[in-house]
Amino acid sequence: MELNLATVWAGIIALGVFIYAVMDGFDLGIGLLFAFFPDQHDRDVMVNTVAPVWDGNETWLVMGGAALFAAFPVAYSTILPALYLPLILMLTGLIFRGVAFEIRLKATRTRPLWDLAFMGGSAVATFFQGVALGTYLQGIPITNNQFAGGSFDWVSPFSIFTGMALMMTYSLLGCAWLLMKTDHKLQQRMFVLMKPLTLILLLVIAIVSLWTPLADRAVYARWFTLPNLFYFLPVPILVLACVFGIWRAVDKGNDKLPFLLGLALMGLGYSGFIISIWPNVVPPSLTFEQAAAPHSSMAFALVGAVIIIPIILLYTGLGYWVFRGKVRHGDEGYH
Amino acid sequence: MTALSALDLARIQFAFTVSFHIIFPGLSIGLASYLAVLEGLWLKTQNPLYRNLYLFWSKVFAVGFAMGVVSGVVMSYEFGTNWSRFSTFAGAITGPLLAYEVMTAFFLEAGFLGIMLFGWTRVGPKAHFGATLAVAVGTLISTFWILASNSWMHTPAGYAIEAGRVVPRDWLEIIFNPSFPYRLVHMTLAAFIETACIVAASGAWHLLRGRDDAAIRKMFGMALGMLLVTTPIQALVGDAHGINTREHQPAKIAAIEGLWETETGGTALNLIGFPDMAAETTHYALQIPHLGSLILTHSWDGEIKGLKEFAPQDRPNSLIVFWSFRIMVGLGVLTILAAAVGLLLRRMGKLHQSRWYLRWMVLMGPAGMIALLMGWITTEAGRQPWVVYGLLRTRDAVSPVSAQQVGVSLLIFVVAYTLVFGTGIYYLLKLLRTGPQLEDTHKEAQQTNRSVASQGRNPIAAVDQDIEE
Repeated sequence: MELNLATVWAGIIALGVFIYAVMDGFDLGIGLLFAFFPDQHDRDVMVNTVAPVWDGNETWLVMGGAALFAAFPVAYSTILPALYLPLILMLTGLIFRGVAFEIRLKATRTRPLWDLAFMGGSAVATFFQGVALGTYLQGIPITNNQFAGGSFDWVSPFSIFTGMALMMTYSLLGCAWLLMKTDHKLQQRMFVLMKPLTLILLLVIAIVSLWTPLADRAVYARWFTLPNLFYFLPVPILVLACVFGIWRAVDKGNDKLPFLLGLALMGLGYSGFIISIWPNVVPPSLTFEQAAAPHSSMAFALVGAVIIIPIILLYTGLGYWVFRGKVRHGDEGYH
Repeated sequence: MTALSALDLARIQFAFTVSFHIIFPGLSIGLASYLAVLEGLWLKTQNPLYRNLYLFWSKVFAVGFAMGVVSGVVMSYEFGTNWSRFSTFAGAITGPLLAYEVMTAFFLEAGFLGIMLFGWTRVGPKAHFGATLAVAVGTLISTFWILASNSWMHTPAGYAIEAGRVVPRDWLEIIFNPSFPYRLVHMTLAAFIETACIVAASGAWHLLRGRDDAAIRKMFGMALGMLLVTTPIQALVGDAHGINTREHQPAKIAAIEGLWETETGGTALNLIGFPDMAAETTHYALQIPHLGSLILTHSWDGEIKGLKEFAPQDRPNSLIVFWSFRIMVGLGVLTILAAAVGLLLRRMGKLHQSRWYLRWMVLMGPAGMIALLMGWITTEAGRQPWVVYGLLRTRDAVSPVSAQQVGVSLLIFVVAYTLVFGTGIYYLLKLLRTGPQLEDTHKEAQQTNRSVASQGRNPIAAVDQDIEE
């Protein structure tokens, strides 16, 4: 029973983190793409495509933290000190960005500064989120249920690379989202951006996929021994299929398929990540069963999660449906 | 001077970030309910005045809410980054409570906020009202959970300790722990009062500037009415909370009162004074005999424990809580007085003309906010040296991180908060200065409900003016 609850919670958190990465991914991506779109009107349209939903998107980040805290307090209290500075910098980026959302349209003189805050905040938040991810994947030393590493353990070529990799991923997702939500000239420029972004992402995925197993013997063993290799082989094949699909969709001017395939790409990357760390909640050695909260905590929180998360998904979906369709220049804006 | 330790820095950081944070949820809780009332009144009366007020205050709400969210995200991670030993120790209880807050409140607020702010042209008036209600209820649910968690840290119940960690035994006892009802009501009212003070001050400011129209009068009147009802109740709730604290955290009460000896035959009240932790005395105390007993035990000669009953390492800092408490109570009394004078002036028909009163109300704008902050300082500093009262000391709760790390992050937060929230507050004030939209209400009042609703289809563009102009 104990084991099952921990597994269920690991699943919920894995799902929550994925939902976060997808949803905040495309709206952070919009901030990253700001750099390519200096025109104020274009930027307004870009921000307006996510204005009604970004807050809900970011709530999944809080959900991830809270669920980890509730179900795996030991993991929460070791991962967070280990990722101290990257997380602080990520949060700082999110602060600048979140407030810029509200204020950039209300400012005139200082508007370029708020646009910079939006762009820079998105970039910093994404980069350090990626750094945190890379650091986590590389493993966190623990003794007596407490983090036992140094302040700057997180600085490594790998984590810097994953930081940039995540920026690429979110840019692609943001671009695909804007394909879907804009039209005319702005959309044309997204179509132009889509192909190079896809190629770069493919390269990034390939590098991370090789780097992770080469750096970690256990991960290597998991991926490259038989029969595992056969089970996991579909992952790279599907990645290639998605890339091909995006290419075709862009050629044909399909404005929805690239986003769906972008999601699929992220899903595949994420499944690779889960395969690499399973069954640890803190790599390289703390399993989620060892880190689990007392049974009564997990059970109490699970009752709520099972009832409420579907309702959340329902009204989140409703929100997206209410704001469906293209956003155009001069549409009712941000207040 | 010795360098600050990671513990000191983590405490400073927490005090800084949480103080910044709590101001905004306080405003969000109050404004969300106010907006729900305004929209309900609009739907009922079809008077566009309410809609204009709604649109105006929803903009203030949006900015305040965003600042609350981003400063709150920091909080939910700070427990792990800076207070990992606390999280390991008490995570089994505070974790699920936080998870419930996120699931039942944060998503509800964030999910419907979009419709509330941008959904006018996308959904019907009733659905829009539903969204506003969802956001308002969300803020109250959030208050419920976070106060449950905080109260549990003050008066832990329903737990056992196994292998040096807290294990939940009875969730109902945990949530409805002894101090929870008092704290919940006290904080909710504090949020309403904070908001009412700001709305009243904004109304008074516009009246002073000569903008005397129906919308300004309405919001000024509504805010004063709210203060008139809530502030006396708040005083009663505060009194009950004090008695509850005397029962569960006697050291905190002794520190608040600057009381060192346990006196028999009735305890005096130190009206003012300077508690000195080292000398174990309160200097320059101005005392009123028996008043301490009367307030805290509701009897002439009830006993109140003095600080000397507690070992020096178990005493909270009396100087801080003595004064934070007095500032809170002083502002509370002043607010009750302001509301009562407002009623009197209204009866005399001079409410909108008495410039001295309007000036006073402008000055009272931050009173609710400051009182709320002082109340939190009193209860949190008064819980020291414990983080979970009687179970875990604050010094044992900190993460095994270096002072440099905490120092750097503190520096980053101070800079970022000053920049971001400083300008955020600047824009909030600019918004308040703009005031609700002026409109020819007569013409619109004659229109049918349907056309009022369709007029409401693009009200956002109508009020979208640059606040820097």
